[in-house]
Amino acid sequence: MRPDRYSRKWGVVAGIVVAFIGAIGMLDSFNNRMMISPILSLGYIALFLPIAVFGYLAARGEVNILEEPRRNVAEGAAKGGTAGFIAGLVAVAFMVVTNPYNLNEFFPNINSAMYEIMTFALGLGIGSVVLIAALAGVGALGGALYGVGDQMRGGILRAVGWILGMALFELVISDIIDVREIVRLIYARGGGLQVWSALVIGGLAWWLSVRYKGKSAQFSEMAKTSEAGSRLRYSLIGLGILLLVFLPMLVGGIVNELLINVALFILMGLGLNIVVGLAGLLDLGYVAFFAVGAYGMAVLTSPLSPTLAPMLNWWVALPIVMILATIAGILVGTPVIRMRGDYLAIVTLGFGEIVRILLLSDWLTPFFGGAQGITRIPGVVTGPVSISGTSPELFIYMTMIFVAIAAYISYRAQNSRVGRAWAAMREDEDVAEAIGISTVQAKLLAFVLGAVIASFAGALFSAKVGTVFTNSFDVLVSIIILVVVIVGGMGSIRGVAFGALMLIGVLGGPKSQGLLTEFSEFKLLIYGGILVYMMLRRPEGLLPSVRRSRELHAEEAEQDAWLDRTGEFVAEDAEEATT
Amino acid sequence: MSTEVAPEVAKTRRFKFNWVDSFLWFVRVAAIIAITIGVVGSFQNFAAGEGPSAVAWRDLIISSISTGSMYGLIALGYSMVYGVLGFINFAHGEVFMSGTMVGLISATILFRSGFWDSNPFISIFVVLIVAMITSTLVAIVIERVAYRPLRGAPRLIPLITSIGVSFFVQYTFAGLFGVALRNYPPAPPQLAQTISIFGLPISGTRALVIAVAIISMIGLWYFVTKTKTGSAMRAVAEDKEIAGLMGIDVDKTIVTTFAVGGAMAGVAGLMWALLFRGVDFLTGFLPGIKAFTAAVLGGIGNLPGAMLGGVILGLFEGVGPLLVLGGLGIPGVSQLKDAVAFAALVLVLIFRPTGLLGERLGSEDRV
Amino acid sequence: MPLLDIQGLQKQFGGVKALDGIDFHIDEGEIVSVIGPNGAGKTSFFNVISGMFSPDSGTIVFDGDHVAGHLPNEITKRGIARTFQNVRLFPNLTVLENVMVGQHCRTKQGLFGTIFQTKAEKAEEEMIETISKEILSFFGTRLSGYRHDQPAFVLSYANRRRLEIARAMATMPKLLLLDEPTAGMNPKETIELTQLIGKLRSERGITVVLIEHDMKVVRDVSDRVVVLDHGVKIAEGDYEAVSTNEDVIEAYLGRPTGDTDD
Repeated sequence: MRPDRYSRKWGVVAGIVVAFIGAIGMLDSFNNRMMISPILSLGYIALFLPIAVFGYLAARGEVNILEEPRRNVAEGAAKGGTAGFIAGLVAVAFMVVTNPYNLNEFFPNINSAMYEIMTFALGLGIGSVVLIAALAGVGALGGALYGVGDQMRGGILRAVGWILGMALFELVISDIIDVREIVRLIYARGGGLQVWSALVIGGLAWWLSVRYKGKSAQFSEMAKTSEAGSRLRYSLIGLGILLLVFLPMLVGGIVNELLINVALFILMGLGLNIVVGLAGLLDLGYVAFFAVGAYGMAVLTSPLSPTLAPMLNWWVALPIVMILATIAGILVGTPVIRMRGDYLAIVTLGFGEIVRILLLSDWLTPFFGGAQGITRIPGVVTGPVSISGTSPELFIYMTMIFVAIAAYISYRAQNSRVGRAWAAMREDEDVAEAIGISTVQAKLLAFVLGAVIASFAGALFSAKVGTVFTNSFDVLVSIIILVVVIVGGMGSIRGVAFGALMLIGVLGGPKSQGLLTEFSEFKLLIYGGILVYMMLRRPEGLLPSVRRSRELHAEEAEQDAWLDRTGEFVAEDAEEATT
Repeated sequence: MSTEVAPEVAKTRRFKFNWVDSFLWFVRVAAIIAITIGVVGSFQNFAAGEGPSAVAWRDLIISSISTGSMYGLIALGYSMVYGVLGFINFAHGEVFMSGTMVGLISATILFRSGFWDSNPFISIFVVLIVAMITSTLVAIVIERVAYRPLRGAPRLIPLITSIGVSFFVQYTFAGLFGVALRNYPPAPPQLAQTISIFGLPISGTRALVIAVAIISMIGLWYFVTKTKTGSAMRAVAEDKEIAGLMGIDVDKTIVTTFAVGGAMAGVAGLMWALLFRGVDFLTGFLPGIKAFTAAVLGGIGNLPGAMLGGVILGLFEGVGPLLVLGGLGIPGVSQLKDAVAFAALVLVLIFRPTGLLGERLGSEDRV
Repeated sequence: MPLLDIQGLQKQFGGVKALDGIDFHIDEGEIVSVIGPNGAGKTSFFNVISGMFSPDSGTIVFDGDHVAGHLPNEITKRGIARTFQNVRLFPNLTVLENVMVGQHCRTKQGLFGTIFQTKAEKAEEEMIETISKEILSFFGTRLSGYRHDQPAFVLSYANRRRLEIARAMATMPKLLLLDEPTAGMNPKETIELTQLIGKLRSERGITVVLIEHDMKVVRDVSDRVVVLDHGVKIAEGDYEAVSTNEDVIEAYLGRPTGDTDD
């Protein structure tokens, strides 16, 4: 019996993915972190998870929106298993072909460690067979997941999600709990969940999801619409804010460091969000404004700043930095006002790089310190209190204050006269101009506001790190901020925060590590992949603003427009006929 | 139906003062003054016997031209894709990088076996083929996976996607090959010697690079103007929809466009190998952006323009810093080479976005 | 003094002379139709007046000021608004927001007021909303009530045209340029719109120039008709005079073959 088309296709793809993951060294790196100790490492999850996903896809087969999917566990398992089997064959072929040659020299990660993991340390012969069987099994599980009823599936996914989440966030959780005995209950020594705690978490998540399945949908519906619901929403938001306020005190230094990075990226993301999300200007050189803020603060406050060293207080220097950022925003914005979108993107990228090169150059070393940068930048000095990177628990509050300010500004701006002008400009620039909106002013305003917010982040960054050099200001940072904004959701404040949390917090920023340090080598690969995936599938982001979602799915939405919320045909013509 | 004829973009506001135009004029004037002072300063230095000698200038110009022809070949890919699909393929720099990195493997193997030195021209040819095939494959895969589903999306979406692809490919290669910088084997002695062309002494490698560029350009010109596929490419670039209605397989033609652009980038990869020798996963970034500058400089969508733009850009960045900035008395001029290239990018896009030879866009993209 | 006085307007696009020396005037309170065969230059005429393109030569004097070559938003601020031949709304903004955007050039609160939630800003936002709703009510129930919060792309074709007019009205224009406002409408909708155009003048005091192909509309609503062909004005007068003018008929229908050329 020939395996069906989808099993073949996804099986081959899965096999290639496995070979790829092995060849770039992910298996080896990830293998160091235990998820469920001692049986499951992150490396094996990286090996099995794609197979499960592709097994699911193989079982799903062709996507047909008009028909109800046929759910059949046995069939799903068979298809998924076949896909997994084929993937196993591909992976084994890969190993067999590459093993005899010493490819290590050209491909440093196709090494013994990789083979060892892929063959479960059983050697190429037996290991291959085991691999094929294992992948077939995992594929079958993935396929079975498709075949299973909705409620069951929800339960399983919840359980798996919670287990993975608890394992990945081990650092944060153990930091919060802080009581060794309790931590030991959940996590094993050396990292990873204890087997039994994983089972408990999984079981609990499953049970809760199955028990309250229908209820949760009703609940969120009620929360959105009714009076009581909106009171509930506000109190939840209040609770969330309270949590945020107390969190830094509960966690240790490392996690606070992480939170500061996340917060700085949220801040910059909010600024870029105004430029890209609200005004529709793709700025790839945004990091230049960050640099203006950072270097500006450095020059103004550090005693070691070459040439100019007024040694002002951080708070006194801040308005000056804001003015510098405003000027920078105008200098960058004015030339690009008449450009079409993609050229604007590249020009701003050019500006960003020029700024970086100039800051690095020998020519400007007398002002900016060249490759050495400027050191000994004091922290934020308020009276007797000095807050800097040495006290991350305090610094995080500083950052949070500015994030709140930026969020407030964004929120207010969106629904105001200015925000409407930006939205109009984004939709149809020529018509916006014809309606009486000065697009010149609107664009400059967006650039300047974005620049000022970025300069906040730069000023804070300076004070935190105490040293600035151009290393932190290359184009990579601009692009990461863009990814955060896009993945989180363009134009939406929640989206930016969520994006920053997930990406910077978990994977790590361009120059810093995230929660999962193993990802460091691969994070940019993952960022690139995520960006491509989002653009292909969900360009509006994960938590988009309503408007943006409409914009990007306009066609579908238009078709739906004939049906109102309850599915009734809206008879526009009938209305016209009666009047 | 609009009663309007294809409107030009009328941006001449003769009747009213406005800030934007004044600012732009100020920039133009400042740039011209700066450049003039710099050039004059360099001439003065030269007359006084300071600064680089005539020989040094001559060598600089020649090496700039050879680097520029490399940029031109990469620029072809940008130009073609923009002409056909209307977006900037940010990942093209990585297509170039992939060719040169994989070529390195073949070069190393040849070198180890001694074949490199004994049969230099065949070796180089082998590396060329390997680089071209790799680049072409990478370009085709990228188009199939990342760009084809986005056909018809607003212009910025494929651009952002191409940024993602660029990262992905960069770090894939970093993962596969490791992050260390590796070197191509040194050019075989027969090639590296200085030969004399029209009385000018020029290193063999540089001469080869320029020759290869010229040959590729001729080959491409022939392909695009004389073959059926080439005509199909031009038709699709002109108007995708109509070309489809005329019976041209648009998808296949687009794949061909990417493939040809990739092949040219592969050739450029070989040139990089000969001229600069060191490659790593970041090799594609700067040349990629510079090549895009070259493409716009010559006129995007315009193939001879891309080549011309490449050579001009090569001269800008090679000779420019020394000529202009050195004349202005700025220290550490060679570091600013990239800044000059970026400045060229910015200035071209602001003041002459249609390029020197005029842009050629498809009907959907014409403003 | 006429509200709008145009002399010798010329505009060339590439090799085509879209406008070749056009003189035009309109007094306050008039409704003038501009007609002519396709390609006559009517929309180019509107484009130049509204500032989307600057003329190659000629003068445009509006309300005493020279405005030729000014930026579109400046011209709108002075009091000329327009609609487009192929309705160009902001599809993802709501109906109300589309109109509120029109108020942009008549209001001034910026970021400061927005961030600090000043009384002035709140008052202005309320005023914008009130005025916009009032303008929408001009169209009866068609664009009122629950429609305010619907995104513009769900509207039917006729409603979109009305919304575009509402948006233009929100800029408080003295002169409104309507580009083929009844194109694509059925007879009932057309009659309704014709009456609306009359009300624009009688209730709101707006002077109107419209480009039209539907001669019934032209006849019912215009005080005066101007005919363009190949960028030149070939006739002007009331509907009766123009519709029987030989040059006009020839421009639309052509000359029967067999006649001698001049």
